[in-house]
Amino acid sequence: MDLATFLVQCLNAVQYGLLLFLVASGLTLIFGIMGVINLAHGSFYMAGAYLAFGLAPLFGDNFLVMLLAGVLLSALFGYLLEWVFFSYLYEREHLQQVLMTYALILVFEEVRSILVGNDVHGVPTPPWLSGTIPLGELMTYPVYRLFASAACIAVGVALYLVVNKTRLGMMIRAGASNRDMVRGLGINIRHLYRIVFAGGVALAALAGMIAAPMSSVYPGMGGHVLIISFVVVVIGGIGSISGALVASLLVGFVDTFGKVFFAEYSGIGIYLLMAIVLVWRPQGLMSKGY
Amino acid sequence: MTAPRHLIVPALAVLALLLLPLGLTPYTTDLVLKIMVLAIFALSLELLVGMTGLVSLGHAAFFGIGAYMVVVASPEWEAGNLAVVIAAGVGAAAGYALVVGALSLRTQGVYFIMVTLAFAQMAYFLFHDTQLFGGSDGIFLNVRPVLGPLDTGDKGQMYYGVVGALAFTYALLALLRRSRFGHALAGIRVNEQRMRAAGFNTYFYKLAAFVIAGALAGLAGTLLAIKDGMVNPELLSWHESGAVLLMIILGGLGHLRGAVLGAAAFTLLKELYATPGLVGDFLASHWQLTLGFTIIAFVALLPKGLIGLFERLRGAKP
Repeated sequence: MDLATFLVQCLNAVQYGLLLFLVASGLTLIFGIMGVINLAHGSFYMAGAYLAFGLAPLFGDNFLVMLLAGVLLSALFGYLLEWVFFSYLYEREHLQQVLMTYALILVFEEVRSILVGNDVHGVPTPPWLSGTIPLGELMTYPVYRLFASAACIAVGVALYLVVNKTRLGMMIRAGASNRDMVRGLGINIRHLYRIVFAGGVALAALAGMIAAPMSSVYPGMGGHVLIISFVVVVIGGIGSISGALVASLLVGFVDTFGKVFFAEYSGIGIYLLMAIVLVWRPQGLMSKGY
Repeated sequence: MTAPRHLIVPALAVLALLLLPLGLTPYTTDLVLKIMVLAIFALSLELLVGMTGLVSLGHAAFFGIGAYMVVVASPEWEAGNLAVVIAAGVGAAAGYALVVGALSLRTQGVYFIMVTLAFAQMAYFLFHDTQLFGGSDGIFLNVRPVLGPLDTGDKGQMYYGVVGALAFTYALLALLRRSRFGHALAGIRVNEQRMRAAGFNTYFYKLAAFVIAGALAGLAGTLLAIKDGMVNPELLSWHESGAVLLMIILGGLGHLRGAVLGAAAFTLLKELYATPGLVGDFLASHWQLTLGFTIIAFVALLPKGLIGLFERLRGAKP
């Protein structure tokens, strides 16, 4: 492997890892604060990708505006979803929530099938991002992938600022460490839940929208991402956003280079990584704090 | 409640299952067969979730491994030995359960759920991505295994064999539950800390439960593979793990009857919703939608599952 190939693979790994981070950070927040194991999180990723497919013709060149519109739509969707389906489940056992989210997966898959069918679709790359950058003498790298990484980093920074520097973030952190105390302090925890859920859905959908032009849009795309995000959350430590970042980059590298070196067994690599991490630190890399 | 009365319902159920093929079409008999296999699978998970309080979302791995071992342990064009096939399926599933359990029981609660899920995915990808066992298409079992005069290729013999296996699993778990071991598991479910303080090596008890549950899931898998005559990686997928968890919650956790009821209800609902004659073409082709909403309604209205519904109807104390 020469240097240019290595570099390309590194860029791919980072880009994949960052995308995973968007999905996993929402998952880890929803779990850390609300205590909900959200199996339907992958469906939000899928919904985002299909949203990009649906919105792309409407917005044309204004890709960023489309992303913004998609994020707003999905946040609204998440807000309503929490209200209708989850708001009465917090008093119950975890298992009831698992069951609910499992049922939602079934519903989402069928709604998708009714609305857009079961074909594989492509989403065009916006023209201003469709070029490539030369790397070394023979290799090129698509601009869109760089854009995807940059967008994820921007969202990550924004997330960091919101969680660490704002009043809302303070409540979120407090909610993650002691739910009852937060309630005792007179903070409307129900409303906080709703906002966190909406935020998590928006993050997953945003990841789906960013991914849509790179990977085609297809049925069942959520399931794969869901499981990998679970692995990321377990490796990183539940409820930890920085842990999710480290773990997603780790998973990105292991997966990308696994595909290069051990093509046939590459699917197993990240699970082995997870097993090793758990033997070493059963609570994940960064189980406490942000 | 006296012991004999406790045995009446299971005994009647076995009797009914034994007599059922006389009055049913081959298609319906096959459906009952499928329900019984899934009931064994659900019972095996009930040992973990309902009796020990360990929620596993990767139970399909053991089911799938058991199924694959049927094909692996059978010669390609001859009938395999049924005893060898079942031993291979149960043994391999138990072996993988030992490894997965030893590692994942280091974690607790939600971590445990996710870790079991991830280990199941690992097994799934091993079967799905590599060509060791036929890849994503799966493999066919050309000749069903036999043992002396017993031939699982014969529909009738297979049916009665599965009734026997279900009765065996149910009885085994019912006995386990009343044993010292079962009481220890119940103690762990309620308060593990206290059990440890009382001198129990809880890790060992949980691991034993995990391996037994894996072995029984493997048994269900072998039976399914023999019944269907083929295996594919989807048997190990997390959808399958989710479905079996759904069955026991649907039926009602904490009751062995609940697992059997849940397996039956889940399979029948799926069958019902996918029948165009009953629900119309549109809904039949989108049966997941109706199933999804039914589950949501169940969660909202019946937190204790079908068992809870029956108890409420009878007006009995829970």
